[in-house]
Amino acid sequence: MKKIINILLGFLIALSFTTISYSRDQIKIVGSSTVYPYATVVAEKFGKSGKFKTPVIESTGTGGGMKLFCAGVGANHPDVTNASRAIKPKEIELCKKNGVTEIIEIIVGNDGISFAHSVSAPDADFTKEQLWRALAAKVDIDGKLLENPYKKWSDIDANLPNKKIEILIAPPTSGTRDAWNSLVMTKGCTKTAKSLYESAGKKAKKECAKIREDGYAVEAGENDTLIIQKLSSNPDAFGFFGYSYLVANKDKIKASSVDGVQPSLEGIQDYSYPIARPLFFYVKKAHVGVIPGIKEFLKEFTSKKAMSNRGYLAKIGLVPLASDKYKATRTAALDLVTISIN
Amino acid sequence: MTKEQRLKKRHAAEKRFRLYGLTSILVALVFVLILVNNIFSKGSSAFMKTVINVEVFFDPELIEIENGAPEENIREADFYDITIETLLKAYPAKNLDEENELIDLFTTDAEIEIKKAFLENNNLIGKKINLEITASDDIDQLHKGNYPRNLPEDRRRISNFQLKIYDNLLKNNKINKNFNNYFFNNGDSRDPELAGIGGALVGSFYSIIICLLLAFPVAVLASIYLEEFAPKNKITDFIEININNLAAVPSIVYGLLALQILLATIQLPRSTPLVAGITLALMTLPRIIIPCRASLKAVPPSIREGALAVGASKFQSVFHHVVPLSLPGTLSGTIIGLAQALGETAPLILIGMVAFVVDIPSTPIDPSSSLPVQVYLWSESAERGFVEKTSATIMMLLSFLIVMNFIAVYLRQKFEKRWN
Repeated sequence: MKKIINILLGFLIALSFTTISYSRDQIKIVGSSTVYPYATVVAEKFGKSGKFKTPVIESTGTGGGMKLFCAGVGANHPDVTNASRAIKPKEIELCKKNGVTEIIEIIVGNDGISFAHSVSAPDADFTKEQLWRALAAKVDIDGKLLENPYKKWSDIDANLPNKKIEILIAPPTSGTRDAWNSLVMTKGCTKTAKSLYESAGKKAKKECAKIREDGYAVEAGENDTLIIQKLSSNPDAFGFFGYSYLVANKDKIKASSVDGVQPSLEGIQDYSYPIARPLFFYVKKAHVGVIPGIKEFLKEFTSKKAMSNRGYLAKIGLVPLASDKYKATRTAALDLVTISIN
Repeated sequence: MTKEQRLKKRHAAEKRFRLYGLTSILVALVFVLILVNNIFSKGSSAFMKTVINVEVFFDPELIEIENGAPEENIREADFYDITIETLLKAYPAKNLDEENELIDLFTTDAEIEIKKAFLENNNLIGKKINLEITASDDIDQLHKGNYPRNLPEDRRRISNFQLKIYDNLLKNNKINKNFNNYFFNNGDSRDPELAGIGGALVGSFYSIIICLLLAFPVAVLASIYLEEFAPKNKITDFIEININNLAAVPSIVYGLLALQILLATIQLPRSTPLVAGITLALMTLPRIIIPCRASLKAVPPSIREGALAVGASKFQSVFHHVVPLSLPGTLSGTIIGLAQALGETAPLILIGMVAFVVDIPSTPIDPSSSLPVQVYLWSESAERGFVEKTSATIMMLLSFLIVMNFIAVYLRQKFEKRWN
């Protein structure tokens, strides 16, 4: 037994020596799976341009990325985290506690969430309220909150198709679901329902976003490709995912209009398409100059070649920023402008 | 009931049982066939890539270097103009939009491919050569028949103009299928036509080697001690029970352990084969100890007693006689344990191996992915070309597993001694 213990100890000691000499010459990025496809494309171009190694990008989800990012300063912590929403005050607090005090915020562009179904199904148009009514756990009927009784779309509104409600939804951990909750579930929630929740002493925002669990909304997993496969084989089913998936799979699925608007590049850019959101990434300023290439990476990411209307990110579905916002982002990236932390 | 009736009934029961057994084997076989067929029909096309034959003219006007220039200068030289010039010659385009569509038919690495051809033969300035340039993912999928072309234009990723060029090139025999060397040599990429499992292969290799180096000696020594030297008492019973328990612990738990100890406490670098190898070693250790002990147990006591009887010490009897005889079982147990480790994804997610890594790792402390992780990453990508890549990676992984299991069976059959 002693022999085994000695061998194990020997390994541990040898390992702890390797950490001391460990430093990094490669940018490390973590965070949102929505930003991942864009960040990886930029990273690959950046790596091919020669001087620096290709950054390593992990897809951990927005929340998981923030946790890693805010864990501290030094080569063992990531330099950049991608986020499909702005950093929360709680996360800023965590960062501050661990000595990450200077954070640069870059807005990458906009992402629209499309509500789509198979190309073989007839075109559809929903309002946000109808979408909320189809998905919410509880809805208001005649001034009372009831367990969601709708079985067919036509139960919600006689103009909607006489078909069973069947919606594939992303799991609660995904950024897409977060965005769907804040952009559709909370906004589509009726005033009556909100006031009923508030008079019962509950948080309306949270209650409105609760999704029914009686089989009409099916949780389909993080894998958006799988959702698309399922949609294309079942013309009655609907699903929601990022705009880039719609662009890449135009032969299989098509988007429904929301509030009468089809998702489009311009619509998402000026937010006239109602389910659109900005995407971000955050950079640790303390690592700039320590880990080689961060400054140059920011420059590449925010270059016109990448971010503009004709840029390579637009080609894979990112909706570019409007020009005034682009200028602000570019300045933040070049001058390393940090966000205020109080 | 007469004697005959009872006999008939017993025979019928036996027949029924045989039928059940046969059916269940058939059902299992059908499922395996469906799975294999599904993977192979989707994945086999990934081993070929579509190439477009173009004529490259190394125009001295467009290039800043001369014949016989040192390699360093060529690597730094700009081949952009020559690339664009070459690609545009493939078909007459009328305006900028059409030109862009034409250029989109080729891989984004066209410039690198032309530069490579130049590097191979360093006196091409002013000459013309024929070169096969990799086609873009869209054309590749179209050529392999994975993408429908009879859809209306606005629902296709390939425009009518691009289809026209494709048909024209096809008619002139300019489009070929070649062996897809990128699939084996390249790291991950966001362009499906450039993406490969090179990085994942190296990552998996390092992880498994580290796993082997850590797990094998520890497991063999532990099992020899437990089986041959340890006294039989409550403590060793307790250890034995726990080894069996550990072998059944879900692998993700080892990922959590590694996250806490290796990454948070010892601060080893994330996403590296070193950490993956240690994690997999922890996971594999009990899974190797169990077959090792079984093969030691299978050596008959007469061997030990014979050695002791002619005056060998306990140590000599174990290491000169018992261990060599148990080696085939030990080795095959180890190989099967490693095969399991090779296909493991769950613990690797927690230690950051699920990452986009382009550069092929040169040491075990470079960031890297591994084969099963690459399957997971590609299955989530939006681009159509990754469907076949995913299946092809599964094929590679499966063939490694089959080879490893085959070696295990071979070792056992070839070297195992029967004691009867």
